[in-house]
Amino acid sequence: MDNNYLVDIQHERLSFFTPAGEVKALNDVSIHLKEGEVLGIVGESGSGKSVTAYSLMGLTAYPGKLIGGELHFNGHEVEKMTEKDFSKMRGKEVSIIFQDPLTSLNPVYTIGNQIMEVIRLHTDADKKKAYARAVELLSLVGINEPEKRMKQYPHELSGGMRQRVMIAIALACEPKLLIADEPTTALDVTIQAQILELMMELKDKLGMAIIMITHDLGIVASMCDRIAVMYAGRIVETGTCDEIFYHPKHEYTKGLLESIPRLDSTKHEKLIPIEGNPVDLLNPPEGCAFAPRCKNCMKICLRENPPKTDFSKTHYAYCFMNQKAEMEGGNTNE
Amino acid sequence: MLKYIAKRIGLALITIFTVATLTFFLMNMVPGGPFLSEKAVRTAAQAALEAKYGLDKPLSQQYLTYMKDALHGDFGESLKQRGRTVTSIIVSKFPVSARVGGLSVIVALLVGIPLGCLAATHRGKTLDSVISVISTCGIAVPSFVICTLLLYFLGSKVKILPTYGIGTWKHYVMPVIALALYPTAYIMRLMRSSMLDVLGQDYMRTATAKGVKPFFRLFKHALRNALLPVITYVGPMMAYTMTGSFVVEKIFTIPGLGNEFVSSIINRDYTMIMGTTIFLATLMVVMNVLVDIVYKIVDPRIKLK
Repeated sequence: MDNNYLVDIQHERLSFFTPAGEVKALNDVSIHLKEGEVLGIVGESGSGKSVTAYSLMGLTAYPGKLIGGELHFNGHEVEKMTEKDFSKMRGKEVSIIFQDPLTSLNPVYTIGNQIMEVIRLHTDADKKKAYARAVELLSLVGINEPEKRMKQYPHELSGGMRQRVMIAIALACEPKLLIADEPTTALDVTIQAQILELMMELKDKLGMAIIMITHDLGIVASMCDRIAVMYAGRIVETGTCDEIFYHPKHEYTKGLLESIPRLDSTKHEKLIPIEGNPVDLLNPPEGCAFAPRCKNCMKICLRENPPKTDFSKTHYAYCFMNQKAEMEGGNTNE
Repeated sequence: MLKYIAKRIGLALITIFTVATLTFFLMNMVPGGPFLSEKAVRTAAQAALEAKYGLDKPLSQQYLTYMKDALHGDFGESLKQRGRTVTSIIVSKFPVSARVGGLSVIVALLVGIPLGCLAATHRGKTLDSVISVISTCGIAVPSFVICTLLLYFLGSKVKILPTYGIGTWKHYVMPVIALALYPTAYIMRLMRSSMLDVLGQDYMRTATAKGVKPFFRLFKHALRNALLPVITYVGPMMAYTMTGSFVVEKIFTIPGLGNEFVSSIINRDYTMIMGTTIFLATLMVVMNVLVDIVYKIVDPRIKLK
């Protein structure tokens, strides 16, 4: 394992053991991340984006269970950690911003109380110091009249403000890694831009790494250094921003890019969807999980899992289309 | 806040007035009267008694007279317990019931809330099932069965507790258990379901992600949110429990108020019926106002208007 990585997930497998059977949420997921790097994980709902990130901080919801693989984070072997170890790590070394700021803050405690709590949990600051730090954080995330906000309750703030408070909580102990789980989905577009800008600004200031979970390709294009595309609990393609956007190698990635509405089109064009439904992870199909929806599906795709094809040091994909030329070439030689 | 309290007091007065009026006419619709009995009473004597208490007058006039007196704080004399005013009976008997009932409420809260929380955090495991069985029994078994079982085992077989009267702390044990059982079981169930609801909320995940330890997650972050339904229940329950239970007071021979409610109705003791009903209604209204205020303290989102 390369010790330079802040996050190094190798062959992670995770299943939810539901009454209906084993739902294989993650099948052999490998991700790595350097300090200060921004990784975007994109994919549709249920593809395992959040589960991957949550498992890194032991937040896998019941009845989910890690059944294989190694997860390294900041020197921890996450797969061996206990609840007690997690309590020390969460909020200090790794923090998370959730999708819905309206429900992610406890309604019965003041903003101040909730920010100071995380400060006092992980540092030895006394009440006075924690208060000062909390006020500082609130102004850092661009909230005006921070002293007044400290005494307010979540329901007295707007959605954008609450997400700023969530960011303040997440950044309180200057974590090495920030997981942003669709941080702007619940916000309107102007606030989205502000929140993303704020995150990037704070990233540069504090030098943390970010895992950005989203299905908004616009966000990843503007923020991320590298992108991992997930489908049905697998990473189907990884590469730098340019590689993914200009040289997509997996049929699913191509479909995703085609489905982005174009603002510059002159005609009234129809949106291009990816036909079909997401995979039922309770009974995953044989072969490539995307095959049933793939426009260029071949016979082999329905039988076997595609192999990993490297295109550069940073870019690889799992798709038989990349072997097509090779295989057809092989056929003519025979 | 002051405006709110003034408004609530106004509403309370209307409520109590309505309850008193309804009770007055309903009780007079019930056949029979305080001075009728199976023995043949001379009509002259009966008429004299009725005249003394004003029962010979038309109902509307009786009502007006009663309400006028009640407004001046005079709830009249008991028709059956001669020479004692209704107020003095309530004043002497309520403290006994309130002590037994108050202890029962405390026991119900102290046992019900933690067990409900435990059941929620151990959802689907053995402990949850055990607590679930206990709470179902507590709700299903009537208090006279519990009283009898307690008397039989603790009072008669083992003989460690006195079986009647109220004196030392030992006298309180059995009635308190008997009275507390139902509310305890009910609170357990309420607590379990509302706790399960709260534990699934996004802010609980936030608490976990902040590194809050399980104990504080449960008691700092979840409990305060999960308590609201319990508070709603505890208010009126307190009013009921503290005014005593007929069954429990009869079985353990406790000189409390619970007895008076039932016997006053059986005896058609009109002034006693009115007195105890108004008393219970007042207590109920006060408890509900208290519940609203406690609500406001526990959940800042609630605005008192």
